[in-house]
Amino acid sequence: MATPLDSPLTFTNVGKTKWWRSGLFASQTGYVLLALVALFVVMNFASPYFLTQGNLQNVAKNFSFIAIATLGVTFVIITGGIDLSVGSVMCFSAMITSMVMTSISTPGMPGADWFVHLADDGKTVIANMPGLILLVSVLAGLGVALVVGLVNGFCIAVLGLSPFVTTLGMLSIVRGLGYVVSNGRGSFPSGPEASYFYTLTSGVVFGLPAPFIYLVVLAATMAVVLHHTGFGRHVFALGGNEKAAALTGISVVRVKIEVYVICALAAGLQGIIICGWLGSAPANMATSYELNVIAAAVIGGANLAGGAGGPLGAIVGCVLLEVIRNGLVLAQVNSYWQQTLVGVIIIAAVLVDRLRSRMA
Amino acid sequence: MVTPHDAGLAVLELKGIGKEFGAIRALHGVDLRVSPGEVVGLMGDNGAGKSTLVKIIAGNFPPTHGEIRFDGKPVHFVRPIDARTVGIEVVYQDLALADNLTAAANVFLGRELKRKLGPFALLDHKAMAARALELFGELRSETRPHDLVKQMSGGQRQAVAIARTRLSNAKLVMMDEPTAAISVRQVEQVLSLIHRLKEQGVAVMLISHRMPDVFAVCDRVVVMRRGEKRADKAIGDTSPEEVTSLITGAKEAA
Repeated sequence: MATPLDSPLTFTNVGKTKWWRSGLFASQTGYVLLALVALFVVMNFASPYFLTQGNLQNVAKNFSFIAIATLGVTFVIITGGIDLSVGSVMCFSAMITSMVMTSISTPGMPGADWFVHLADDGKTVIANMPGLILLVSVLAGLGVALVVGLVNGFCIAVLGLSPFVTTLGMLSIVRGLGYVVSNGRGSFPSGPEASYFYTLTSGVVFGLPAPFIYLVVLAATMAVVLHHTGFGRHVFALGGNEKAAALTGISVVRVKIEVYVICALAAGLQGIIICGWLGSAPANMATSYELNVIAAAVIGGANLAGGAGGPLGAIVGCVLLEVIRNGLVLAQVNSYWQQTLVGVIIIAAVLVDRLRSRMA
Repeated sequence: MVTPHDAGLAVLELKGIGKEFGAIRALHGVDLRVSPGEVVGLMGDNGAGKSTLVKIIAGNFPPTHGEIRFDGKPVHFVRPIDARTVGIEVVYQDLALADNLTAAANVFLGRELKRKLGPFALLDHKAMAARALELFGELRSETRPHDLVKQMSGGQRQAVAIARTRLSNAKLVMMDEPTAAISVRQVEQVLSLIHRLKEQGVAVMLISHRMPDVFAVCDRVVVMRRGEKRADKAIGDTSPEEVTSLITGAKEAA
């Protein structure tokens, strides 16, 4: 197949792209990261409490509460889609997890015999197999998220509905279902394994909040998947040129369904973690969180037109939002300013990127 | 030049191909044979049915009438991937590239090289870049595998699109206006690539408006008009003037 070359290829007319003009340095993520570092420096001078261990731990915990969902929605945004149902899915998954856990830990409830029995004193509830209740209830929560993701993906990829409309509908459907199953009342995880649940979701490991550790592991996995697997390559190709992706034989339908499932699962997991931190799953939990999640992704460099984004950007976006919130509180600024400022930052981040690509 | 037109097995054979879109008859009764190592120019005005014919051969949609035989066997394509599986590659006019990916990523899009790492199959970036560079070398195109396609010139983009067809052992490569949007020097390069494909026994269908290009590389020219094949002549037996009059309809058929 190889044809011998007449002479080796030379690059007389085509220069090499300078290192500072490619990769992270030329991306919106890079600029926002720089802004974040600047903000840290400013905050350090503005408030003596900012760089204390307690405050940083607090910041780390708080941004971890939306960052996992942001990782998921970043997948969807890279393909050029959008998922508005993440907030509702967070709530629904949390609710199902906590209701299932409570239900199967209560002797007398249908099916609960498989999981628990009463101790000899007739009052203490004992798990039949340690860890099983926790596993089943978390899987139930992730299971409903999976179903929501599959329905989103099916409507968008197979039926060809617009992602915005589909997930807007799903936002309402899933929130409604949450009210239906809970009858509007919140529920809280209880039973013999609830303490494991709280440890896993809001505990501290080596001085780091547990959600932060999950976030780091998931983000690293996401980086590998996006840049070193065929699936990740296809996710980017879909966002760059969907028609080309289809022509080269990529199964567009499959990739699309997969990204919506990943997004819903991430939201579900996020909801379960928040539930552990709050100690309950109120029916209005995570209302309008989808906007924070999408804002964080966009600030971090995910392009709503598709084709750009990544885990670092998602995290940087979340940290920036949280540091601003935290900073305004420490600086004793009226916290109502927070939302206004977030809006300004969204527009500024996208504007800077636009100016840069025009100059290049 | 001797054309292998009547001799031997045809790589592609069309019999009575017709296509209707509702009440519109886009193609009617097209017969065509393409032999290995043959370069066929497909010419015709806009709306003559060239693109429809190419899309049928490429598997974008099935014909309403007629039969396609590839390598002697009847084939039915439902999706473009079916056509690619048997060995038909297409370079599309709009090039079908993902701007946000690198040249190498585009060349290997949909058939990435992977290496095993335990239970996982990871992309083999190094091997793909090396192979892409080799292909760009064959095309004499100064294109770096790691550059993003959105930063490239028209000629480089063309090279990426053509390099893609060279990955597989395609038996038939169809090029839709490959020389329409590129510089004179790069036209030379594309034409010499077509010669190289021909030397290796690959059949090429060149869809082009540029008469000089067709007469420079093609063994045979097929002229379409109003959805029908009006002429199918060896290049030596015709002239640019005759082809022009066939395209415009000044001469009905030849």
